[in-house]
Amino acid sequence: MLKSSSMKTPLAEARGLGTAKSGLSHWWHQRLTAIAMIGLVAWMCVIIVMLIGADYPGAMAILSHPVNAALVMLFIGVGFWHSSLGLQVVLEDYVAHEGVRLALIVAIRMVLVLLGAVSLLSVLKIAL
Amino acid sequence: MARQRPLSPHLQVYRLPLPAIMSISHRMTGIILSSGTLMLTLYLVALANGPESFALAQKVIAHPIGMLVLFGYSVALFYHGCNGVRHLFWDALIGLNIPAIYKSGQVVLVLAIVLTAGLWGLIFSAV
Repeated sequence: MLKSSSMKTPLAEARGLGTAKSGLSHWWHQRLTAIAMIGLVAWMCVIIVMLIGADYPGAMAILSHPVNAALVMLFIGVGFWHSSLGLQVVLEDYVAHEGVRLALIVAIRMVLVLLGAVSLLSVLKIAL
Repeated sequence: MARQRPLSPHLQVYRLPLPAIMSISHRMTGIILSSGTLMLTLYLVALANGPESFALAQKVIAHPIGMLVLFGYSVALFYHGCNGVRHLFWDALIGLNIPAIYKSGQVVLVLAIVLTAGLWGLIFSAV
């Protein structure tokens, strides 16, 4: 708990000071990642077209290119984050039971962090 | 005793207007696209793991069912992307009136079809 210089309760201290300045962050991050995804998805489409007919050495060469590797890694970071934020809103809207809702949000975030970490490590292994 | 009040909108008998259909489709495509994180992870792991697992991944992708999944995924991607840009315009308070909402909805549908066709044109000319 924060140390208070007065005898007021923490709630009384916070009252009237407005928000804690984080209420908008979910909404804002969803928009920021959405804007970033426009460019990243366009580049991913180019990479996917190149990869789809490629053999093993070809695919390794494409993803070993520093620019491609960096953009795929950015796509994973930004895309998985955008996904987590979006799925959270869906759960908040449709799952009425608070405990189940929280458990699902936590579970989805953990799965996405795990998949993201495995993906990033794979790209590093391919590129380095 | 509770009074029998009407429910609104009555989803079983109420024909959703275009903006409503597009709104729920944005969510549904978002959920579909989220599952793509698993597909991307599996592909990258297969490639990082070596030639044998990569050959298996390519076989799965080249299979008609794999291609169908990829095609559906690309439709969801371009729809969600175009409609997402539409949402960004709304966030900037642009196009927030009923006629504009219908018009931008139609633009999004046409663009999504054009982009999907473009991508698959490129894929088939590359293979």
